[in-house]
Amino acid sequence: MATEKTPPPLPGGGLAPRGPLAGHLAKAAMLALSAGIAAWAAWPLYEARNWIGLGLVAAVTGLVWWVYLSERRVPAKYLLPGLLLLTAFQVVPVVYTVATSATNHGDGHRGTKEEAIARIEASSVTRTADGREFALTIAAEGDSPSGELVFLLAGEDGEVYAGDAEGLTPLPGARTGPTGRVLDADGYTPLTAAQANGRGAEVSGLAVPTGDGAGIRAQGLSAAYEGRAARVYDDGCDCITDSETGTVYTADDERGVFAADGGERLSQGWRVGVGADNYARIAADPGIASAFLSILGWNTAFAAGTTLGVFVLGLAVALALHTPDRLRGRTLYRLLLVLPYAMPAFAMMLLWRDMFNADFGLVNRVLGTDTDWLGGTGTARAVALTVNIWLGFPYMFLICTGALQAIPRELVQAARLDGAGARQAFRHVTLPLLMVAVAPVLIATFAFNFNNFNAIWLTTEGGPFPPDSPTAGSTDLLITYTYRLAFGGQGAEYGYAAAVSVLIFLIVTLISYAGLRKSASLEEVNR
Amino acid sequence: MAATARPARRPARRTLDRLWRHALLLAVTAFALFPIVFVVSAALDPLGTLSGSQPLPVRVGPDNFERLLTETAYPRWYLNSLLLAVCNAAATVLLSALAAYAFSRFRFTGRRVGLYGLLVIQMFPQFLAIVAIYLMFSAVTELRPEIGFDTHWGLLLVYLGGALSINTWLMKGFFDTVPAELDEAARVDGASHAQLFFRILLPLVAPVLAIVGLLVFISTVNEFVMASVFLRDGDSKTVALGLYAMVADRRDADFGMFAAGTLLLALPVLAVFWYLQRHIAEGLTSGAVKG
Repeated sequence: MATEKTPPPLPGGGLAPRGPLAGHLAKAAMLALSAGIAAWAAWPLYEARNWIGLGLVAAVTGLVWWVYLSERRVPAKYLLPGLLLLTAFQVVPVVYTVATSATNHGDGHRGTKEEAIARIEASSVTRTADGREFALTIAAEGDSPSGELVFLLAGEDGEVYAGDAEGLTPLPGARTGPTGRVLDADGYTPLTAAQANGRGAEVSGLAVPTGDGAGIRAQGLSAAYEGRAARVYDDGCDCITDSETGTVYTADDERGVFAADGGERLSQGWRVGVGADNYARIAADPGIASAFLSILGWNTAFAAGTTLGVFVLGLAVALALHTPDRLRGRTLYRLLLVLPYAMPAFAMMLLWRDMFNADFGLVNRVLGTDTDWLGGTGTARAVALTVNIWLGFPYMFLICTGALQAIPRELVQAARLDGAGARQAFRHVTLPLLMVAVAPVLIATFAFNFNNFNAIWLTTEGGPFPPDSPTAGSTDLLITYTYRLAFGGQGAEYGYAAAVSVLIFLIVTLISYAGLRKSASLEEVNR
Repeated sequence: MAATARPARRPARRTLDRLWRHALLLAVTAFALFPIVFVVSAALDPLGTLSGSQPLPVRVGPDNFERLLTETAYPRWYLNSLLLAVCNAAATVLLSALAAYAFSRFRFTGRRVGLYGLLVIQMFPQFLAIVAIYLMFSAVTELRPEIGFDTHWGLLLVYLGGALSINTWLMKGFFDTVPAELDEAARVDGASHAQLFFRILLPLVAPVLAIVGLLVFISTVNEFVMASVFLRDGDSKTVALGLYAMVADRRDADFGMFAAGTLLLALPVLAVFWYLQRHIAEGLTSGAVKG
């Protein structure tokens, strides 16, 4: 980054003292710290032979030193710490999401083709008639419980083996317990039940090959048996043959699945690029397209309604308190009005939800009604808006109070002296000046509420759901709808959810950009 | 308050004016307080059930608070939440102020793009980024469990990824209001850019530092989605996770404890709020309005 406004060089060039000793010491300490962190991060990467990771650590550390050792690049010195974190935890995830939106990533399409094949073969292992049985100890290679997964197997004949994806190795020195299970063995760390559970997917995915298509699989966490894979992959035809039924499943590299001639697919597939298919699906499927549009409509109304609601309510109370004559109880009003802002929002959302509960909610008891507030589209939407306005208006009240106080009183007085009524003075003097200050906040409020996941998830959970659309509820925002697609219930579809996210991103950015253009804050940037 | 230039208003009109102000303020205050009174009454009610709760306290006892502090890990969650919120607020204020200083005082290539970029990246629905962050930290947990899942360090790092945000804009606006002549004077006196920043500018923008700190503190205490991915271990949980689990599992029975936990969590926020309150109005708007 080239600076145009660096300080003029001091006379004496590089030899002149450039600051007190403390500054130099602080700088030296920071650079030493960055080197320390780099070494700390590099060691396990080196142990894992992760050269890409090591390269990254070296590059980032190099960048830090390059920026801070130089006398120039002053703005970069101030921006770098925040920018590094921003890049790692915001930019990279966004880029990753955009990349995911062009794949079929989701349940059944997570890993590579090799992993899919291994999993299909392993899960088709059934116990053979003469298959051996073993007492199983799940362990990790090395001294750490996070090492490579290994099965320590004790056979009925007393033979002990270590088994991994490569095969069996005899383990003569292992100690076995009264149940016949291996207690410990040199070079391995037995896992506790909790640790083993935590790596459950690995445990059930591991099949120790014993030759001739047979393998050993875990049955639970303490037993294992030898069996034969019913489904076997053949490189030659790029297909999987089921030896029991004789069905041949051929790999479809475009869709990432093994499919039989009849169209039947194996549930385990792999991740492939699908180009713009996810986007095309939103546009092409009439069910999805109409759900998307109706959600978008309510979503916009929710964000706009919240913004308008908090602004009107916040401004109204700010105006009521903004008077030259001291209002009685002014400080108390102020304190009570900001209380909702100080309460923990997530808890208050859950609490409002319970207050509107049809069976034992407070609202029904106070009003003496029997309304199923969250059960009807109209009432549920009203509840969502009410709760959100309750949460948001104190902030807007604070903003408006500050903005009103910043407007010079002389301006209003001058207008009044020129013959403007109170209302006219407000409309033509106070309001425009107020908007200059408040407009950016309003835009931020809109953008925030457009994606206000908690406000819906913790109150209505997107419901009520019309009988004909179990996935798109009538208070769903695009983001809660996407969340359900990505993580909820059966069949997570990250690829598709990522595509919807990218669309949401474009929509919010466009709306906010249109708003920003009208606000004065743009000029700030160009100053 | 400055006296008005207008002649004194007629008493009748003045009374009317006060009347509508009070009426409006009372109505909105009632709306603001309604659920809060309910929380207080539920927290104090020894029965502690949702179905038995009343709008105003009829039975009063400390039972819910006692159960909360002895039967659950609430004190631990509380400490975790406060620790995370304080660290995140302090670090965010520092990182954001550093960046705001650069944006306000220097002209460099990429400045405009950077400022807009900060706004645009906020618009991205963050939660899907969870998939990416989850994958990243699965790898980190294997290599360096010290900053992996179930640690507050890892979560703090992720939170700090959002340190540069709309807050940076807020701060930049505030820095802009500090006259550039001040910088010149300091430089003539031989101050380096770092001295200028730490010794002269930072104290001048204290109000906006306070407000950003408060905003970040509140949002960290409330943060839920990312924490639920990161902190799976009981000991590392935050209050948000603990309370949510409380009403998710046995909503009716533990309602009183939930309300008590909510009230206790509001206390530090209120304290900070009270302490900072004279800075708040100033900090929120001075950057945006040029007097």
